[in-house]
Amino acid sequence: MLRNITIGQYLAGNSVIHNLDPRMKIIITIMMITALFFIDSFSGYALFFLAVIIIVYLSRIPPIRILRGLKPVLFLVMLTLILHVFFTKGGDLIWRWGFISIESEGLYTGFFMVTRILLLVVFTSLLTLTTSPLELTDGIEYLLGPLKRIGVPASELAMMMTIALRFIPTLLEEADKIMKAQMARGADFESGNIVKRARNLIPLLVPLFISAFRRADDLALAMESRCYHGGEGRTRLYELKIGIRDFIALGLSIILSLIFIIF
Amino acid sequence: MLIELKNVSHIYDDGQVTEALRNINLTIREREFIGLVGHTGSGKSTLVQLLNGLIKPSTGTITIDGLNITEGKTSLLGIRRKIGLVFQYPEHQLFEETIYGDVAFGPRNLQLEEEEVEIRVREALELVGLDYEEFKDRSPFNLSGGQQRKVAIAGVLAMKPEVLILDEPSAGLDPQGRQQLINLLEYLYEEKGMTIILVSHRMEEIARLSNRVIVMSEGEIIFDDRPEKVFSEVERIRQLGLDLPEITEILWRLNKKGLQVRTDLFSLTEAVEEISKELRGVEPC
Repeated sequence: MLRNITIGQYLAGNSVIHNLDPRMKIIITIMMITALFFIDSFSGYALFFLAVIIIVYLSRIPPIRILRGLKPVLFLVMLTLILHVFFTKGGDLIWRWGFISIESEGLYTGFFMVTRILLLVVFTSLLTLTTSPLELTDGIEYLLGPLKRIGVPASELAMMMTIALRFIPTLLEEADKIMKAQMARGADFESGNIVKRARNLIPLLVPLFISAFRRADDLALAMESRCYHGGEGRTRLYELKIGIRDFIALGLSIILSLIFIIF
Repeated sequence: MLIELKNVSHIYDDGQVTEALRNINLTIREREFIGLVGHTGSGKSTLVQLLNGLIKPSTGTITIDGLNITEGKTSLLGIRRKIGLVFQYPEHQLFEETIYGDVAFGPRNLQLEEEEVEIRVREALELVGLDYEEFKDRSPFNLSGGQQRKVAIAGVLAMKPEVLILDEPSAGLDPQGRQQLINLLEYLYEEKGMTIILVSHRMEEIARLSNRVIVMSEGEIIFDDRPEKVFSEVERIRQLGLDLPEITEILWRLNKKGLQVRTDLFSLTEAVEEISKELRGVEPC
């Protein structure tokens, strides 16, 4: 019932892109996204798109997965396009019907913005598609490291994220089990109006919360009995290592970003 | 009450495809006490959930009292009234503020009159050995683990099922709690005339209580016979990663050492008699 939910959209793989250091991937993504906003011509977008195609090819992600990732932003894209086409004025008049008119400037800006949004989403999804949630948290923790001095609890935040990610499947399984147990006692989760349905969820939610708290207690106890005391001086099972190809990737994206910014 | 499974297979598909049950044919008759055993992942839990209509088989048909429950719109509430299912660690499903409320959850879902609900709650609590007046208004969360489990089992008994299925009901109980549970199952079977399906890893319980043992492995039924027949397949049972009942184990070892004792006995007194008889002249202790 609740089994089919996947977390994030990570696609496990062993490509060059997958194996890049997560810190580097985060930095590159931020840099490229920033550069994207400096692009002011379609030829710039064409170059960016070419870069995306090369990365997709290297990562061996089926392109259909990336297109599927665009579905949630479809509404935003359509809205942007419509608003610009009808309300941005300037240039030649292309079409008029009563007080509604489309002018060339609007058409141009509309498609320009839409391309920007699509490239933005595609590029960020490349990061989440090729980096496991755990690697991502590790990378974020590391990058937030310098902020510890000014009181940002970076390792605690990372630990919370890791634990949350770790327990999502466990809690889903638990929810599935409790749901079945209550259905065996005649509970009905599928019919009735919205108020009734919400009420019917009580027999599911109460045990679920209790079990989540019980797990939290157990986990805290287990961590303390192994002397967990926060991030200070903690070593890792998997050390992040930056290699030569990470620098090559970084170098390439710096050059690319500069091209976008200057031209 | 007759449950019939014909060519039932079940496939889980979550990323990778797992065949949990393969071509199961099974008939369960009234007044049977079935022990269902198999190592983890053998398909027991899937089978048990199929019987209750909680999941549908990928292929094959299941009929309960002549009613095909695999067809689209069969009333599952009707099925659940007849077949009670006690899950593993059932105390994890408790949710009400009072014990009364929790046990009444099932009967209320059956749309019974509140008077009838009260009668059933009282009866179910007394069955599991909890005093109605003393416990009904208490919170189930302040009870000990063993008592919580009793309340949870009462919650299923209050629906008055004809068939009771229990998935590892004694897991995590202390010896006393286990004994009480065995007594309860014996009582439900002997006095209440229920059909019982007991899933357990404890072969002593299975051997003592059941009159039919089904052994599963890799989604298939390996043995389906009387307990003494099944447990005489010592090598095969071991090979499947399962235990023998303690008494069978002792008798079997004696037998291997050359003492001509029967190995199909499960009660302590019978075993003692049998061994003494073979050792001739030695008084039963």
